[in-house]
Amino acid sequence: MSISFDKAMGVHIRALNLHIQRSEILAANLANEDTPGFKARDLDFAAEMSRHGSPFFGAGQLSKLQYRVPSQPSQDGNTVELSVEQAAFSKSTTDFQTSLTFLNMKFRGLKEAIEGR
Amino acid sequence: MSFDSIFRIAGSSMNAQTVRLNTVASNLANSESAAGSEDAVYRSRKPVFAAVYGNDDLVRNGGMSGAHVQVMDVVSSDREPQKRYEPNHPLADRSGYVFYADVNEIEEMTDMMSATRSFETSVEVLNRVKGMQQSLLKLGEM
Repeated sequence: MSISFDKAMGVHIRALNLHIQRSEILAANLANEDTPGFKARDLDFAAEMSRHGSPFFGAGQLSKLQYRVPSQPSQDGNTVELSVEQAAFSKSTTDFQTSLTFLNMKFRGLKEAIEGR
Repeated sequence: MSFDSIFRIAGSSMNAQTVRLNTVASNLANSESAAGSEDAVYRSRKPVFAAVYGNDDLVRNGGMSGAHVQVMDVVSSDREPQKRYEPNHPLADRSGYVFYADVNEIEEMTDMMSATRSFETSVEVLNRVKGMQQSLLKLGEM
């Protein structure tokens, strides 16, 4: 019997990858807050997580970004709403830290299993 | 990992907002600049931002990459300059008129506030991403 790292790490590696990608998309939204005609985008985290594939690879290789529907459209065609994006970015980074904590716990468990304690 | 692209996106945003603040400072500083003719008068400047999607990123990540900000151009306004009758002014033309730039101070101040806020947002993004990277580096440390 051997330990499968792929199984032991679970979904957390894939989640970390997705969080980084989502942070990039949200950072781009925040950066283009004043760009005329820019359409804010985001990825559907739950849909991406439920797609099959190895947790080590393929995070979002063929995924589609979705466009944000603004609560109030602006005259210049920009759909970035600063507060919405800031909240989403904040959530994304916090979720990243959460996944990282879970992964750390998994590592600690594995280490204890290896050392036979 | 695409941490470096997040850093680049935030950097491009900070650069664009700095250019914007630069034009605001220039406009406000020159709001009382006089000129002897309509052609020589200062025109208020505004940057034009555009989103840039990285081509190689699009191929590599299947459209998952974020967009940078680029300053496409800095355009001068075509508003009519103010014409004031000041015959004693050293720059007055033959009929006694002096031309002043038509800078709207209120517009410039709000623009400055917006640019500052966007800049601060980028700084906050950088700080958050730095924190993410640092805790990722500590992964597995016990």
